[in-house]
Amino acid sequence: MPRTKGKNNSRHPGRPPLSPVTNELKLSFPSLSVNEGFARAALGAFLAQLDPTPTELVDLKCALSEAVTNCIVHAYSDGIGTVKLSVSLRADRTVIIEVRDLGRGIPDVAQAREPLYTTDAAGERSGMGFTVMESFSDKLSVVSKPGHGTTVKMIKRLSERKKL
Amino acid sequence: MIKSNCTLTFEKNPPDSITVSVSGEIDHHAAVSLRRDTDAVLWDYAPKKLTIDMSGIEFMDSSGLGFIMGRYDVMRKLGGVLFIRDPSPCVEKMLKLTGFDRRVTVIKNSKERQSV
Ligand SMILES: Nc1ncnc2c1ncn2[C@@H]1O[C@H](COP(=O)(O)OP(=O)(O)O)[C@@H](O)[C@H]1O
Ligand SMILES: [Mg+2]
Repeated sequence: MPRTKGKNNSRHPGRPPLSPVTNELKLSFPSLSVNEGFARAALGAFLAQLDPTPTELVDLKCALSEAVTNCIVHAYSDGIGTVKLSVSLRADRTVIIEVRDLGRGIPDVAQAREPLYTTDAAGERSGMGFTVMESFSDKLSVVSKPGHGTTVKMIKRLSERKKL
Repeated sequence: MIKSNCTLTFEKNPPDSITVSVSGEIDHHAAVSLRRDTDAVLWDYAPKKLTIDMSGIEFMDSSGLGFIMGRYDVMRKLGGVLFIRDPSPCVEKMLKLTGFDRRVTVIKNSKERQSV
């Protein structure tokens, strides 16, 4: 259910109030690699209501693919766990994508976000996942606690579409 | 094995080259079997030149970069070279964004050039 009703941006006083949430999607699925494509397809279907440009759509799908893959490959490297995805849309066409796992966590987030940094070279990871997520969103935040899990949040405001 | 939305075809170009054409979507799920199938051919045939045709890629995330760099390493072990041919717009964007276009040799418009 939409929660924020254009309330004041209490965490950042002085900034304009956040635009209200108009729609929300929540999904949870096991960390099976086949669900990478499923998550992208679900995002595409949900975002269709905003009529994003093809570039915006592919960029967001790619960023999501990175976040979900990291849960599958890194967070739950020794088994299967649950991946939680939430997508919220705000009235001002801001898309907020959150991907959460309860896996191994990241000891040093700043280091993990460096281009080419990977702990899984043998698995042919390129170390560019966070770089991609950062480039394809307006803002990326990564909160992690070793042994408890990681939450990745990507925010992107879509361009205005011309009304026909 | 669960089906992935990615297909792979091989073409042997005697005496010592191989062209691999990948099409569809390259994500981590697809990359696992792409890697296995490509390496089986590479180790068997030991080419001096590997060309990966990426004109048919509709989606690629950083798992595709891992796949490219992995094959680069295999070709180096075989004493050969790797070329990326005709990257589709999404592949090109990814190569550029990550600076990988400076780490591998990219050949563009190969078909146009052949017909000239
Ligand atoms: N959800 C996660 N849980 C645990 N570790 C993670 C997670 N996401 C990323 N990491 C760590 O951050 C590193 C960098 O991630 P990324 O930029 O996506 O590169 P890559 O996935 O290619 O290694 C990973 O190698 C891993 O050590
Ligand atoms: Mg990654």
